[in-house]
Amino acid sequence: MSFPLLTATAALPAVGAIVTAAVPAARRTAAKWLALLVSLATLALAVTVLVRFDPDGDRYQLTESRAWIADFGVRYELGVDGIGVALIGLTALLIPFIILAGWHDADPSPSSQLRSSRGGPNETKAPYKWRPTQGFFALILAVEAMVIISFEATDVFLFYIFFEAMLIPMYFLIGGFGDRAHAGSDENASAQRSYAAVKFLLYNLVGGLIMLAAVIGLYVVAGNFSLQEIAEARANGTLDMATNTERLLFLGFFFAFAVKAPLWPLHTWLPNAMGEATAPVAVLITAVVDKVGTFAMLRFCLGLFPEASKWATPVILVLALISIIYGALLAVGQRDIKRLVAYASISHFGFIILGIFVMTSQGQSGATLYMVNHGISTAALMLVAGFLISRRGSRLIADYGGVQKVAPVLAGTFLIGGLATLSLPGLAPFVSEFLVLVGAFARYPVVGIIATVGIVLAALYTLVLYQRTMTGPVKPEVSAMPDLRVRELVVVAPLIALLIGLGVYPKPLTELVNPAVEHTMSDVQKKDPQPEVEAAK
Amino acid sequence: MENLIALLVAAPLLGAAVLLCGGRALDRAGHWLGTLLAAASFVIAVVLFTDMLGKGAEERTLSQHLFSWIPVEGFQADVAFQLDQLSMTFVLLISGVGTLIHVYSIGYMEHDERRRRFFGYLNLFLAAMLLLVLADNYLLLYVGWEGVGLASYLLIGFWQHKPSAATAAKKAFLVNRVGDVGLSIAIMLMFTTFGTFAFGPVLEATGQTSEGKLTAIGLMLLLAACGKSAQVPLQSWLGDAMEGPTPVSALIHAATMVTAGVYLIVRSGAIFNGAPDAQLVVTIVGAVTLLFGAIVGCAKDDIKKALAGSTMSQIGYMILAAGLGPIGYVFAIMHLVTHGFFKAGLFLGAGSVMHGMNDEVDMRKYGGLRKYMPVTFVTFGLGYLAIIGFPGLSGFFSKDKIIEAAFAKGGTEGWLLGSVALLGAAITAYYMTRVMIMTFFGDKRWQPDADGHAPHPHESPKSMTIPMIVLAFGSVFAGGFFSIGDRFMHWLEPVTRHDHGNSPLSAATVTGATMVVLVIGVALAYVQYGRRPVPVTAPRGSLLTRAARRDLLQDDFNHVVLVRGGEHLTRSLVYVDHSLVDGVVNGTAASMGGLSGRLRKLQNGYARSYAVSMFGGAAVLIAATLLMRAV
Repeated sequence: MSFPLLTATAALPAVGAIVTAAVPAARRTAAKWLALLVSLATLALAVTVLVRFDPDGDRYQLTESRAWIADFGVRYELGVDGIGVALIGLTALLIPFIILAGWHDADPSPSSQLRSSRGGPNETKAPYKWRPTQGFFALILAVEAMVIISFEATDVFLFYIFFEAMLIPMYFLIGGFGDRAHAGSDENASAQRSYAAVKFLLYNLVGGLIMLAAVIGLYVVAGNFSLQEIAEARANGTLDMATNTERLLFLGFFFAFAVKAPLWPLHTWLPNAMGEATAPVAVLITAVVDKVGTFAMLRFCLGLFPEASKWATPVILVLALISIIYGALLAVGQRDIKRLVAYASISHFGFIILGIFVMTSQGQSGATLYMVNHGISTAALMLVAGFLISRRGSRLIADYGGVQKVAPVLAGTFLIGGLATLSLPGLAPFVSEFLVLVGAFARYPVVGIIATVGIVLAALYTLVLYQRTMTGPVKPEVSAMPDLRVRELVVVAPLIALLIGLGVYPKPLTELVNPAVEHTMSDVQKKDPQPEVEAAK
Repeated sequence: MENLIALLVAAPLLGAAVLLCGGRALDRAGHWLGTLLAAASFVIAVVLFTDMLGKGAEERTLSQHLFSWIPVEGFQADVAFQLDQLSMTFVLLISGVGTLIHVYSIGYMEHDERRRRFFGYLNLFLAAMLLLVLADNYLLLYVGWEGVGLASYLLIGFWQHKPSAATAAKKAFLVNRVGDVGLSIAIMLMFTTFGTFAFGPVLEATGQTSEGKLTAIGLMLLLAACGKSAQVPLQSWLGDAMEGPTPVSALIHAATMVTAGVYLIVRSGAIFNGAPDAQLVVTIVGAVTLLFGAIVGCAKDDIKKALAGSTMSQIGYMILAAGLGPIGYVFAIMHLVTHGFFKAGLFLGAGSVMHGMNDEVDMRKYGGLRKYMPVTFVTFGLGYLAIIGFPGLSGFFSKDKIIEAAFAKGGTEGWLLGSVALLGAAITAYYMTRVMIMTFFGDKRWQPDADGHAPHPHESPKSMTIPMIVLAFGSVFAGGFFSIGDRFMHWLEPVTRHDHGNSPLSAATVTGATMVVLVIGVALAYVQYGRRPVPVTAPRGSLLTRAARRDLLQDDFNHVVLVRGGEHLTRSLVYVDHSLVDGVVNGTAASMGGLSGRLRKLQNGYARSYAVSMFGGAAVLIAATLLMRAV
């Protein structure tokens, strides 16, 4: 048996997490460097996966298969298609930037140091004042490992375990390492933080429990957990599922993914979580972890339950449209920079889900590209926002003004991140957004037209944010603000280069994704609508 | 030869990249680099033009395919260029006038510490506009289209520390975005109808689909054009865009940006030709805007805003002509080119006046400047004569042709459109004469500025006056040159086709009528502003004047309907999201498992213990499964 590359890609950050956590307390910097090196090595493995993967080859490649829990037919089965490869690449790419951007986020906070040196009684009262650096970076690597294996698992049970287990490190990252820039008192901040963390946990846990029921149900019906076997059996008619059974199972899976994605009206945990977490963790949530939800819709909902997927399409499209417009309108109304980005993400997830369920090649290729591009653009915008917030100590838009005068590079990168968020043609998100729109329009013209409203609203919330924070007279509080530092530039510059590169030349990505999308289209047995006129070529 | 096309775009794009990413080291030479690369683009354009002239009329189209851009099943978008006579005309105008504006800006922006960045944005503007007119498909055109929007956003808001400039920039981008929705939907319609959105295949296949489809595509393209070209109802950004430095206004109004809408409609001629209803709407939009801009232009005391009203009105003429179909396409483009010369000249002249007058823009505080700024006076004066259509100058030829073409549309429509165009000519003569008199004639009404500095009007430096002189030449001679032997018509005909229509009036009658209304307009302005002293504070004015000063209440309308309505909507949604959606979802969860009560408890500090038990539970679960495997 050849080298288990997929296992290695997921195992490396997992081992790295354990080793990082074991670094002695005094060697904080060593732990940071270790985590960064592990994430870079993981990126190298992900690139190897990308190189070894042949887009025009078999549907699932680099497969691994071992018996695990034989009694229940649970197998350790891994395999990637083009969509999985793209998302593993995105994850492995973003983690080093997240680590680098959060370099100082888990240093002992100045106030707690002050208190412990005084040895005052306050120390015991603030539960989240301890900021163990090792833990922070170990948790990030743990999340990376679980996300990567979720993108690889072709066994439903295996997927489910890591889909759920991911919640634990995420919970600690949100609850334990909150944003220091908080308007309220320390206690208030810590209360809101734990509220956000618990809300995140409970929403996703409920989704997960319902999914667990569906997973068990699937086993009862199909007798095993293998994605490929079940899909094949369904396709050649050896596995017959009653319509209602299929619909119920579909709903169980979809509910969990819709919480994670998140889809309106299950979205309300996201603004809390992204607002209270540090900016790099917020990126981890929206750019990486949430992508498992949309990815799983494509792989499991459409792959296992094609008929039920088609049955639910009208309702899901309406919910996606609501997400697009509702998320954008709420972003316009936000006063907190990070919550604004969170609502913008909800709008973007609406586009992704729309692209998946319109069931056209353009829509699904667009949705997959959208997952990658949204990851990069949100990372760029949110991380620069984090740099900005750490300088001023406030998340409120109203506390800023005139920053471009004192920190032009910071303002410039923030603007580019914003322009990517509003899908400016020439930047990567435009390609995916336009594909989703065209794909939607081709099958449901009205849906496509309504979704274009999102184009205008995205410009509104982005430019209003830029105007209020960056332009106008310089506020006294920001007048001494330093421009981006070298470490920060190292984080932002490659992301911006990628946004431009994938906007001008997305072909490598589309070629990776297209064959996988064709497979999904054949899963659901849908054909693209043909143009009315066959134009002279 | 076709391999040079990409260089047209690449040269200014390179300039933008270098100037914007380069550091302070480039501050001293950045403006020269920017100007040089703009000029390089113009030189390449001239080379390509010469080459094109050497070929037969029907063999002049060049194309260059760079790479496949977005290849997805059933969807093909390429980065590919097409250079035909229509694109060539635009390329020469954009790079030529653009280069002159670069030269002018060297002097105008001399004392601005961010001059390097300004030139980076100017280069970006040229690159985007050139991409727009060179693209061989609608999606790539969209990239240039939005690039122009971005560059204008950056330039209008160049002085970002002024809240008014930042607001104006945002407004321009947003209004344009509404237009972009039109362009998006048009492209999607083309995709579902023709399976492609490349110019060639789409424009050849228009005959194979229904008129309804073509009308829908046409109207969506018109919406896009309204945004970029500041046509009613998306005109409101143009006046505010004067917040940018004056060379920007010259660039936006003459060579780039506002001309994009006219280009889009003329380029899509085959679609509009098959959709008479869409054409009718185009002509109506053009006619309404033509009057709207002219009326606003009459009431403004700010010299740049008066000129902005005039741009709106002149672009209205072009849109009107483009809506006439093959009768008007050639003249729309011809007027666009001559307008490019005289409007750029007028704006640069206005900038020169402001330069000498402590940046004062209120014409009521000008007066008698002709003695102090002789070169500005003469070049501005020639631009003035050109725009009002003084016989023999550029504007005379191009505008007269549009009025003729409007009548040649025939029927009641033709009479109405022709009369509106004539009325517009009279108002143009009136408001431009007003600008001329208030600025250069009469008494000195100068006043010290806010810091107490009395103005010392003086002629501008050579780097500013030379571009003005060149543009004045164009304003005087371009129209005549184009019209001798119908040169311009023969040049563009292979692309746009041409149809003479059947005018109920002879050409001489139309020209005569134009002359009569011209004299009336000038005379009225002379009586009002030349014979009597101009009051320094504006009189209250009639209801129409007051409305016109407020841009015919466009912003008041937008504010009440869109801004305030929008604010209420978002605010109430924030409330709904917080209390209703969140509450209902939490409540549903509660009814399903008492989670709400637990959530409340957890908020009070049990969070960690709960999480630990969660973690423990998961660990037990995994251990159990592993054990089971062992057993």
